[in-house]
Amino acid sequence: MADPVLTIIWGGILAFAVFMYVVMDGFDLGIGILFSTLKVGRERDTAMNSIAPVWDGNETWLVLGGGGLLAAFPLAYAVIMSALYAPLIAMLLALVFRGVAFEFRWRDPAHRAFWDFAFTGGSFLAAFMQGIMLGALLQGVHIEGRAYAGGWWDWLTPFSLLTGASVVSGYTLLGACWLNWKTSDETQARARRWMRVLAPATLVAILAVSIATPFLGNQYFQRWFSMPRVLFTAQVPLIIAILTWRFVRSLRRNHELAPFVITIAVFGLSYVGLGISMYPYLVPNSITLDMAAAPQSSQAFMLVGAAVLVPLILAYTAWSYWVFRGKVAHEGYH
Amino acid sequence: MFHDADALLLARFQFGFTISFHFIFPAFTIGLASYLAVLEGLWLKTGQAVYLDLYKYWLKIFAVVFAMGVVSGIVMSYQFGSNWAVFSDRAGPVIGPLMAYEVLTAFFLEAGFLGVMLFGMQKVGRHLHFFATLMVAVGTFISAFWILSVNSWMQTPAGYTTNAAGQFVPASGWLPIIFNPSFPYRLVHTVTAAYLTTALAVGAVGAWHLLRDSGHAHARKMFSMAMWMAALVAPVQIFVGDQHGLNTLEHQPAKIMAMEGHYQSHPDGAPLILFGIPNDAEQRMEHAIEIPRLGSLILKHDLHAPLAGLDSIAPENRPPAKVVFWSFRVMVGLGVLMLALGALSLLARLAGKLYEWRWLKRFAVLMGPAGFIAVIAGWITTEVGRQPFTVYGLLRTAESASPLAAPAVGASLVAFVVVYFAVFGLGSWYLLKLMSRAPQPHEPEPANAPAHAAGITPASALASRPGASHG
Repeated sequence: MADPVLTIIWGGILAFAVFMYVVMDGFDLGIGILFSTLKVGRERDTAMNSIAPVWDGNETWLVLGGGGLLAAFPLAYAVIMSALYAPLIAMLLALVFRGVAFEFRWRDPAHRAFWDFAFTGGSFLAAFMQGIMLGALLQGVHIEGRAYAGGWWDWLTPFSLLTGASVVSGYTLLGACWLNWKTSDETQARARRWMRVLAPATLVAILAVSIATPFLGNQYFQRWFSMPRVLFTAQVPLIIAILTWRFVRSLRRNHELAPFVITIAVFGLSYVGLGISMYPYLVPNSITLDMAAAPQSSQAFMLVGAAVLVPLILAYTAWSYWVFRGKVAHEGYH
Repeated sequence: MFHDADALLLARFQFGFTISFHFIFPAFTIGLASYLAVLEGLWLKTGQAVYLDLYKYWLKIFAVVFAMGVVSGIVMSYQFGSNWAVFSDRAGPVIGPLMAYEVLTAFFLEAGFLGVMLFGMQKVGRHLHFFATLMVAVGTFISAFWILSVNSWMQTPAGYTTNAAGQFVPASGWLPIIFNPSFPYRLVHTVTAAYLTTALAVGAVGAWHLLRDSGHAHARKMFSMAMWMAALVAPVQIFVGDQHGLNTLEHQPAKIMAMEGHYQSHPDGAPLILFGIPNDAEQRMEHAIEIPRLGSLILKHDLHAPLAGLDSIAPENRPPAKVVFWSFRVMVGLGVLMLALGALSLLARLAGKLYEWRWLKRFAVLMGPAGFIAVIAGWITTEVGRQPFTVYGLLRTAESASPLAAPAVGASLVAFVVVYFAVFGLGSWYLLKLMSRAPQPHEPEPANAPAHAAGITPASALASRPGASHG
């Protein structure tokens, strides 16, 4: 039988893993999306080199999200992955293109333009599909018994297209902030120009999704606006407003790291917002954390490992970032 | 227009296709990561530049293979849910934690140290860099450990009970699940296969360059190392495979019957069928070339031991012998050729002609892809031999699939086939291009090694001192 405390802990660990993925692969994918706007040659090489040593680790959080969901909430994993079949497969294939482009573009200079396009296209499609999957999940999926019972185009709605566009905008902003931090001169200036466009776009996107979500039904309205919850939930938009002001200020003062950190914080708050909408459901109105939870023995066995290994993973991931710290220079690879 | 049966068949094709493609890459990276660790270790120990050059040479190849392994692996981690939802729901509480451990102990370890391994040579000290290489190598092995434990549990489920929702859940403790009956055999057999596959690939590259220049020092070194591996590991692998087979006979006799082509039971000693045309529809072997009683001798170590055939298994539980019979023969046939290559290389070595015998080098070049083909053939043997079940004897394949419409699965299958052949086909072409160039003294590092303004430590400055590596 499932254990309620372990279930909450695992819900938290998976939420953490998915957030790590969103932030870390978010800026990778964002750079991929911006890639086509960078100048061929030095500028593109620098942008790609800034993430080449870490993208694989960043993407591993996606595997942990999937593997962890299968292990801790197998029913939710089974239902969600079959419900989101088409966007999921599209995302996986997009990640194939963007992943191999890291190596292939150096191996085949004659077709570098093609692999650069694959890098951008793959990054864009992966981000867009992740956003669509988020929207499709939020709007709810049709379940009968223990299985998905909807059609294979159910995911496609105006709302899921909106969340798709929002995620693309947010990831691209993260990518621009990363480039602002890790590059210099021309590339950095270009990144700053993009930040000025993408920050308002992302804010509008967050606003639009926030306004649309309560009207999807699924008790979202009550979770946000019923007393006394609203006293707590109202803090989310408030803090986002404060962070927006800080972001504008740090951009004006040409800060390098601050906009990246602030953007991550905005992502974090949006994520908390999603949590408020969803909890205690994993699939809106049909599968709760408790219903999907694996038995206590499964969750306990994994928790032993996660408690030791996740801090260790964070430590050597941090070390790997530390080794490649500082501005990426172009010099040294001719 | 479409039926559930079509969707099921398409889903099976898709899983088989994507996993076969994927499997090729880890089969190479497991062996190659260990080879790289050996090369770097030998360089640190002896200071001979040839080891460092070979390290950098194979590192570039490793990077391409690894990237393909990563992207094709992510597909696998989601495909259980997308296409095999019922299986995921029911087996998730048992296999899920093992896969989660694979991510936590192996994938992060590989990914975390890969960046330093590929691009960090000038950024960290040489011992720290060696440590990173070791961690990547260890990671590939740990990954094999967990995923083969999962696969073995599906073949020989143990330590489980079922709950009210129909899920398999741990009965008591995890050791019986992790170390299920077929796991130790499958682990040793598969990891050995990865080493042998890598040795053959390295040997073929060495041989290729020796055919052009038999005095090439780097080519000589890798050819010699690879031939030692082939000579030592091929016989070990044949022994391990035999043990694995006996274990399968004990736990999945129907699979052995299909591998051997034994449709009929043999109460007084079964023959060894060398070749024949299996006819699943009529459940008989046509045009069989067989050696009387040898089958019983191999499997039971007794000429007259009775051996049951597929006729002793209920028809709905029989695996398709046609596929299994042939894939098994491909694997064994290649294994024998590997043994021959290793033995011939020993002869050549004894004669002092290891680098001179042209036909040995040609043979080694031809055997370059043999490991990959054998791995896939072995995989098909064990997976198709598990049919018609996903969890052997407990959950039927037909009951495991997601409730997806056939057009959805058909469309995704076409997309996977097109993308995989295009992307991984080109990737293989790039690998061949990299391999077709001989390793050089002062072999360059991966061309895209990123330079960073900060982070150059005194230790690495010492390591990169001119002449330190090529003295």
